[in-house]
Amino acid sequence: MTQHVQVALVVNGEPTEVAFDGYKTLLEVLREDLSLGGTKHGCELGECGACAVLLDDAPVLSCLVLGVDCDGRRVTTIEGLASDGRLHPLQEAFADLGAAQCGYCTPGFIVTAKALLDEHPCPTREQIKEALSGNLCRCTGYQQIFEAVEAAVVATGRDEPRGTSHKS
Amino acid sequence: MNIIGTPRRRVDARAKVTGQTRFADDLALPRMLHCKLVRSTVPHGRIARIDVSKALAHPGVYLVLTGRDFPIPYGILPVSQDEHALATDRVRFVGDPVAAVIARDELTAFEALDLVEIDYAPLDPIASPEDGLAQDAPTIHQYGDRGNVHKVVSLGFGDIEKAFRNADHVFEDTFFYQGSTHLPIEQHAALAARDPDGKLVLWSATQTPHYVHRALAKTLEMPAAHIRVVAAPNGGGFGGKSDPFNHEIVVAKAAWLLDRPVKICLTREEVFYCHRGRHPVLMHFKTGVKRDGTITGVHLKTLLDGGAYGSYGVASTFYTGALQTVTYHIPAYHFQGCRVFTNKPPCGPKRGHGTPQSRFGQEIQLDKIAEALALDPADLRLRIVEQPDTLTANYLHVGTIGLAECLRRVTRASNWKQAHRRLPRGRGVGLACSSYLSGAGLPIYWNDMPHSGVQLKLDRSGGVTAFCGATEIGQGSDDVLVGCVAEILGIHPLDVRAVTGDTDLTPVDLGSYSSRVTLMMGNAAIQAAERARDQLADAVAARLGVPRDRLVFAERRVFDAADPANGVAFADAVCLAEARFGTVGTTGSYTPPRSAAKFKGGGVGPSPTYSYSAAVVEVDVDPETGWIQVPRVWIAHDIGRALNPPLARGQIEGSVYMALGEALMEEQTFRRLPRRLSNAVVHKFPSMLEYKSPTTLDMPEVITELVEHPDSRGPFGAKEVGQGPLLPVMPALANAVYDAVGVRIDEVPITPDKILRALEAKATGRPPRYGPSGFPEIEWPETLQVPPPWEGGDGRAINGPARSTAQP
Repeated sequence: MTQHVQVALVVNGEPTEVAFDGYKTLLEVLREDLSLGGTKHGCELGECGACAVLLDDAPVLSCLVLGVDCDGRRVTTIEGLASDGRLHPLQEAFADLGAAQCGYCTPGFIVTAKALLDEHPCPTREQIKEALSGNLCRCTGYQQIFEAVEAAVVATGRDEPRGTSHKS
Repeated sequence: MNIIGTPRRRVDARAKVTGQTRFADDLALPRMLHCKLVRSTVPHGRIARIDVSKALAHPGVYLVLTGRDFPIPYGILPVSQDEHALATDRVRFVGDPVAAVIARDELTAFEALDLVEIDYAPLDPIASPEDGLAQDAPTIHQYGDRGNVHKVVSLGFGDIEKAFRNADHVFEDTFFYQGSTHLPIEQHAALAARDPDGKLVLWSATQTPHYVHRALAKTLEMPAAHIRVVAAPNGGGFGGKSDPFNHEIVVAKAAWLLDRPVKICLTREEVFYCHRGRHPVLMHFKTGVKRDGTITGVHLKTLLDGGAYGSYGVASTFYTGALQTVTYHIPAYHFQGCRVFTNKPPCGPKRGHGTPQSRFGQEIQLDKIAEALALDPADLRLRIVEQPDTLTANYLHVGTIGLAECLRRVTRASNWKQAHRRLPRGRGVGLACSSYLSGAGLPIYWNDMPHSGVQLKLDRSGGVTAFCGATEIGQGSDDVLVGCVAEILGIHPLDVRAVTGDTDLTPVDLGSYSSRVTLMMGNAAIQAAERARDQLADAVAARLGVPRDRLVFAERRVFDAADPANGVAFADAVCLAEARFGTVGTTGSYTPPRSAAKFKGGGVGPSPTYSYSAAVVEVDVDPETGWIQVPRVWIAHDIGRALNPPLARGQIEGSVYMALGEALMEEQTFRRLPRRLSNAVVHKFPSMLEYKSPTTLDMPEVITELVEHPDSRGPFGAKEVGQGPLLPVMPALANAVYDAVGVRIDEVPITPDKILRALEAKATGRPPRYGPSGFPEIEWPETLQVPPPWEGGDGRAINGPARSTAQP
């Protein structure tokens, strides 16, 4: 039999208490116990980066973090990036520039890129590549992802979310 | 035109960047149970005993299914119905599903897997096609052309021996293309339930809901009308989710029996066993050329390692030989292909389906020919590019062909003339070309019905809903559907809602394979939208008192071109039409033109139109270590028309990326354990960590050129872009390695150790090459002789059977 545990953490800015089976990873807790399905799993072994979230602002692979270890910590998922009804500049840029094709790896890329921009507001292309090297994408060939991150930097500099055509 | 051709945020972008796209594994229903599969631990054997009693007694287990519950076979092709949802009496590869456990949660199901007791009586495994050719027993299947040969074909178009006699030079080369897998980031997942009426619903990560629908009706012996298959947006497909799969049928049956929702999500390891990826292909090219480089004839032989089941394999076999003639003029062509069953996960369609392997061989051989004839490789190709509006030797209709333009664009952008054979040792550039289908000209189940259907429902609000069976796998098919409809009706894409991939709600579209969706669904969507526009125009013309053909649909208005102020809002136009004609809804459909190929096997290769690509790859090779780096790739693609340019570019860059993976590192390979251990054929590395694929750090700069000459057969002139741009990259890279260090690597992946071995060979006076040494003797059937069009042929063979209606 598995043992239930209860933890208190801050998820996307909201203080949250959640009870779950003690063996569960943060990824499973987010998806199954907190209904935050935006974080994806692609391997459960820390190989693909699809499950990346921010734990106390640092990117982690949530499939390699036990939920029980997150007591008292802050978790940011893709659902927590938009604010005041506006998408994060990274989300706007990914949407506009074709950086999301199938979209399965996209949440992991965007939160990892957010951690990069939080630390380096104006990263070089090489820094972007390095920061995202643990995230696999099979659709895009990465180029439009790099361009989106750079566009988000520019948009943040202008202090306004970018967007060309229709916003919704 | 203010939507088509304009860079635009794709319609599903917001869902994707906010994590709101509902993939199959994001679906959950109340009272849902979970399913896990027991998979074979032996590559080949009989099931001597299977006892599920302990598993069934495990607390939390609701049901255990075995092969007895699935007596009816299925398979994607009508001619290869050789799979069972769970093995009935035989297992054919390590990973073949044998039993299924349905339990209250995943953990319980996992625990119970070990409680299913299975004894296997092992049979000798067939590890390679060479083994399969040599060994007629045991046979992996009781059908096929003979022994372990699944399919063996021989097609002749014109007098090949005469063509070689007339040649100034005849070149013979052998190549090997290693298998690779799709590796979508999303693992396959499916959820089945009975709806409140008691009927069956399956949600699945599938590219082909229509074929899954057929397979469920067949295997579960239920009326198809009582089964609904919904394709969830795929988290990457690349061909790997195009077959009906064991797990889909298993959860459907379990949900039916238990009357509770049952879900399965495969592990990453299991995705490697599902496979259906690139066939490993050994090939031999014999090509006759004149001194000026024109081709007199090509004889191609291919040997495919099929894996354990048929899958698309018959089509894959023909595809290895189908498209050679579509790029270059080949007056005489002889193709022989052979697919052999082996005890490994089944191979099938991966991006480029059957064509990258022989494209690799052909384009490297052309590089060798150019060197021998002292011609520039680009000039040679420009001389032999096929003409537009031509019927090829094997009766494929080439309409528009932008290959010469692609070659000119890519050589100019890469400064080819200054680079090729002129760079310092260790640095090189290579070039190659390719072509691909814009949709298979024939459906998998031959019939006269459309390949794609679209229905439109126009609401009084001005909102339009577009229904189509097409499946969004990331390529942007929903965006094509919405873009085409919005363009014709002059409304905003946001005014159009796409409802796709649902066998209950949407008209049939055959699925996301063979690069068919943009062309076929796009044409169907245009037809439906034009019919709606006609109805609205009738109603508005009557109201405004202006001639119908003077009305313009734009900016969410319908107005008089002669007096733009005189018009109505689009929503009002819908209301006028509804008042006049009743509920406003239209349909459109698309059926490809009839193929001129009437011979058996001629069903594979025809397409409404073909896309073309040319690529130049630059490499840095360290002669000391063999290490290869790719700084840049230039690629030009004849797309006809880019409907949404950033999406088109994304397909090209993604193709280049996947091609580089295949060229440099990706291998779906197996090892045979020593006999004392079990003699098993096991996957070398069924994990993402060990199956190497390119990361952000490996990806070169890609310079993309879109060649846009609209093709009259495509929607707004568009041709395919999802698969073709992958094809030229692998051979261009191999040719670049030769330019850099003077050795030929005649197989993929091209790894440092192979380069070093070829350099060693060169240093010791042996042929400066790494690759296969020969092609085995194969007992080919009598060649089906089809005189080419220029010899008075009519597309029929002059011997043997005609194209049957059951044979793809």
